[in-house]
Amino acid sequence: MFQLTHLEELEAESIYVMREVAAQFERPVLLFSGGKDSIVLVHIARKAFWPAKFPFPLLHIDTGHNFDEAIQFRDELVYNLSAKLIVGYVQESIDTGKAIEEEGFNASRNVLQTITLLDTIEEFKFDTAIGGGRRDEEKSRAKERFFSHRDEFGQWDPKNQRPELWNVFNGRKRMGEHFRVFPISNWTEMDVWQYILKESIALPSIYFTHEREVFNRDGVWLAFAPFMRLKENEKIEVKQIRCRTVGDITCTGLTLSTANTVEEIIQEIAATRITERGGRYDDKRSDAAMEDRKKEGYF
Amino acid sequence: MELFRFTTAGSVDDGKSTLIGRLLYDSKSIFEDQMDAVKRASLKKGSEHINLALLTDGLRAEREQGITIDVAYRYFATPKRKFIIADTPGHVQYTRNMVTGASTANAAIILIDARNGVTEQTHRHAYIASLLEIPHIIVCINKMDLVEYREEVFKRIKSEFTDFAFHVFPEKDMRFIPISALKGDNVVKPSLNMAWYDNGTLMNVLETIPALNDNDMIRGRFPVQYVIRPESDKYHDYRGYAGRVAGGIFRKGDVVKILPSGISTTIASIDNFDCPVEEAFPPMSVTIRLSDDLDISRGDMIVHDDRPPRNETDIEIMLCWMNQKPLRPGNRYFVKHTTNDVRCIVKEVNYILNINTLEKAEGVKTVAMNDIASVRLRLTRSIFFDSYRENRITGSLILIDESTNETVGAGMIL
Repeated sequence: MFQLTHLEELEAESIYVMREVAAQFERPVLLFSGGKDSIVLVHIARKAFWPAKFPFPLLHIDTGHNFDEAIQFRDELVYNLSAKLIVGYVQESIDTGKAIEEEGFNASRNVLQTITLLDTIEEFKFDTAIGGGRRDEEKSRAKERFFSHRDEFGQWDPKNQRPELWNVFNGRKRMGEHFRVFPISNWTEMDVWQYILKESIALPSIYFTHEREVFNRDGVWLAFAPFMRLKENEKIEVKQIRCRTVGDITCTGLTLSTANTVEEIIQEIAATRITERGGRYDDKRSDAAMEDRKKEGYF
Repeated sequence: MELFRFTTAGSVDDGKSTLIGRLLYDSKSIFEDQMDAVKRASLKKGSEHINLALLTDGLRAEREQGITIDVAYRYFATPKRKFIIADTPGHVQYTRNMVTGASTANAAIILIDARNGVTEQTHRHAYIASLLEIPHIIVCINKMDLVEYREEVFKRIKSEFTDFAFHVFPEKDMRFIPISALKGDNVVKPSLNMAWYDNGTLMNVLETIPALNDNDMIRGRFPVQYVIRPESDKYHDYRGYAGRVAGGIFRKGDVVKILPSGISTTIASIDNFDCPVEEAFPPMSVTIRLSDDLDISRGDMIVHDDRPPRNETDIEIMLCWMNQKPLRPGNRYFVKHTTNDVRCIVKEVNYILNINTLEKAEGVKTVAMNDIASVRLRLTRSIFFDSYRENRITGSLILIDESTNETVGAGMIL
């Protein structure tokens, strides 16, 4: 009696944060990647404002290097919810010379997304961007606030963050500055999956097992796409795999798996000994890869 | 499975990082790639042992300097509970960080080195835990392996702490556990070296401490956070007040009072995404509909009238100051209290507390970074509040600098 389960309490906290965003900011936007965390965010946003529609658009930063299934899922979700979707294209940032395409075998547009993201925030005058970052994902994220201040250049100053006490969130800022807000800060990967199961939330098919053309680079299975260059010792194979996280195709490590349902995925995660981002090529660039990207304004 | 939040205060010397590492490791919450990274980093720094402290240091500067700058949050779960650890550093800016970590905690773990007994630092930790009204205190007497696991050492430290704690928090739920974080005694696995102790391991205690009454279940408090008006054909006349229950239990049909207007009405429905609920209690987020059409907006409060909140413009608070720029009488700040925004002027600094000795320094007018002070504020308009001791949500507030917008102070209303 009078005791919430951990999922109910996490949901209550996230709903509270969503409503705080709507109350404290004038032009919020929800960062939507088509990955499970942002799908959960959308679900929580629907609950927070029901029976009204959630009062902000979705923003997808499109690297052009996507899993087709994720894009198809995105478009269906937007259609079903009659939500507003804004897409910022990394290709446009490259074409206008603002971003410079990386070269070499590990070329990825992951880092370039920051430029497109900050430009889009500027263009639409968004004053806060809601993201699906979680503190358990990565060590610099463990230090992140629910309401995370960004200066005029979109930069994060991790050594000088505002203290955050109780459930009182300070969203005050000067003109031109903005906030990143992380409603599911306190969720773990397992919480997200258990919640997806409990709420019967639909996901893109790439989260479940399927056959795909892949190749192995430094121990990480990557999906093959025509624009990717293989090294001499790398060969394309067909494997039974699924995505544990969904990001840009060039840096999303795949898991060899036969899990076909959310229950099976939960069992798989409970038994795994590698973290969720352990397969992310973008984090392997250095020990502080995420912190460095975040300081510049990354998600 | 339920959620349980606790904070650990202390420095590396007390074995705090080792203890957290032990909890995570023995509950199988550390993954191979994290462990590999820690092993690599330990070797790089020339350390002989795998340094579990590196698991908790998230920022580049922290790893480089070997210090922890900021509160880090850690997660682990057992089949009984999901735990959130607010891991607060002991050296730099300890007051600011400990207060932050303590503000949302159900329990505080206070670590005492068995060789040193109760120290000034123990006093400081215990005082902050009491100031922030953390409901449960778990005193871990660590490094028992270095005192031959002797029961009399444990007993002596327990009685030293109890004598001191009697003045600080007479009514608190306190537990004492003899442990060795390094060797693993009584952390997750019961110790074979201390047969004289049988009150449960730290993990047992964390899993079984009753958390049910950690929230205020008595005073009905619902700060209105956001007004939901769909303005769609299907929900044309829908008007719901969204918020998170801060105290008490609200039920459909309850007579409630709206503050500040003072008008009484009844609860028509408590909504929670397309299906109504019978009752709402802390910390649920719900939407309340009322039987009358009233003018209610963010910052108003829906309350049960049998225990009304206080309503004043002058408030006395215990203040934890968190900014380089000191607080002085006459300074003005923004105040955030529940969903309310007001402004204030500092009328009086009553005293500054030395949290190592608990002595009050009167006559000092400047409150500096990491000071804890008794202060009187005058607000631009009255707010509805409870004392922090009664309700940690309606009794807390933050101060914001008007020019930089930084959060500069945390206040607990007396």
